[in-house]
Amino acid sequence: MRYALFLGCTIPARQMNYEQSARAVAKALSIDLVDLDFGCCGFPIEPVDEVKALSMAAVNLKKGEEEGLDIVTLCSACGEMLAKAEEVLGKDESMAKSVNGVLSKQLGAEYGGERPRVVHFARMLYEDLGPEKIKGLVKRPLQGLRVATHPGCHYVRPSTLSGGFDDPEFPHSLDELVEATGAKAVDYIGKEDCCGGGILAVREDVAKAMTRKKLETLSGKVDAMVLICPFCGIMYDRYQKLMAAEMEKGFGVPVLYYPQLLGLALGIDPEELGFDINSVSVDGVLEKVGV
Amino acid sequence: MDAVVDISKSDTRFLRTLDRELGASDLSKCFQCGVCVASCPVREIEETFNPRRIMKLAKLGLKDIVLRSDFIWLCSMCFMCHERCPQNVRPPDVMTVLRNIAAKEGIAPPNLMKLVDVLAENGRVYPLDDFTEDERDDRGLPKVETQPDFVMKIAGAGK
Repeated sequence: MRYALFLGCTIPARQMNYEQSARAVAKALSIDLVDLDFGCCGFPIEPVDEVKALSMAAVNLKKGEEEGLDIVTLCSACGEMLAKAEEVLGKDESMAKSVNGVLSKQLGAEYGGERPRVVHFARMLYEDLGPEKIKGLVKRPLQGLRVATHPGCHYVRPSTLSGGFDDPEFPHSLDELVEATGAKAVDYIGKEDCCGGGILAVREDVAKAMTRKKLETLSGKVDAMVLICPFCGIMYDRYQKLMAAEMEKGFGVPVLYYPQLLGLALGIDPEELGFDINSVSVDGVLEKVGV
Repeated sequence: MDAVVDISKSDTRFLRTLDRELGASDLSKCFQCGVCVASCPVREIEETFNPRRIMKLAKLGLKDIVLRSDFIWLCSMCFMCHERCPQNVRPPDVMTVLRNIAAKEGIAPPNLMKLVDVLAENGRVYPLDDFTEDERDDRGLPKVETQPDFVMKIAGAGK
């Protein structure tokens, strides 16, 4: 199994624990992750300049196609943006013309309809490896650990782009991946809710209230929350800590990236999984799984 | 937003632009059922946020009210309404089109506009400075392109 790893902007600078654990897990599972000279997917500027955003996505798609590799993203928004570019540039002639106008003027090259397969890291584990196979590779079953998954929005929605590999309203693939580690994935109200990260730059108060809602639901009910997107990570982990500082008692919900959880189950040294970067203490989780 | 609007302010050029830019969205088919509002996680927190109203105002061609509304920037792009809309309106796509038109008219939130300049200058939203590079090195993470040239060139187009 060989893929081009798409890191995006946030992860390599601000969420290195996600990258570190994903690379460690891939290595343990004999999955080759190749680093290409990718750049911004375009998503951050889509609200103000969709043509430039799609132009950036198009260049990234070309780079994946040239290497003949599927693109695996860690960030759900990057994955959605690249998939959107494939869809829009294939169907919307006038948008494709605008994008090629930018590309030929700025880079002297055009988008030629390259459509490499773009999948999220979790989807790659789910579809290409599968929970059963992962189960068979577990060395340290995380028995007794109660986990709430937060699939996040762009991992499964819009389903017109994700191709219906999972239910857009009641996604279950991440729960199955969690259960493959031996941990219990619990169900809860509001599981499909948005973290609020998308409007942090516009209305911080609303974004924080959206984050708080889920943390209030989960506080004291689970050992950890597991997610797969750096924006969700920043909201539930970093902002949980910031909000806790203004509260009498914090929420106390440890937030792990799925590869961090899987890494523990595969017997990888916790030092290699970047737990020192997590804002909310994960000591309780590590103690419970006995490392 | 006022409860009563003056539909004589309908802007046909704006309607034509919308029609051209909307792509796969069927805004014209919106029959105001409100499933977007009922599905909206932002609405649960901020009661004045009303995607159904934005769809209606856009459909009526009330350009100034729509574009000058803070609300077009409040959609968090969770796509739940996209999944549930019975008329394929794709409200998040409509929001993106409206935001882009507003940005062209210079009425987008300055911190969002600034991101284009940040990418033109650094090629990344978060710079990979020496401190970050050292930390990546300590963690055994590989070197990655510090300032992707194509990103800087695309972001800087037309400047």
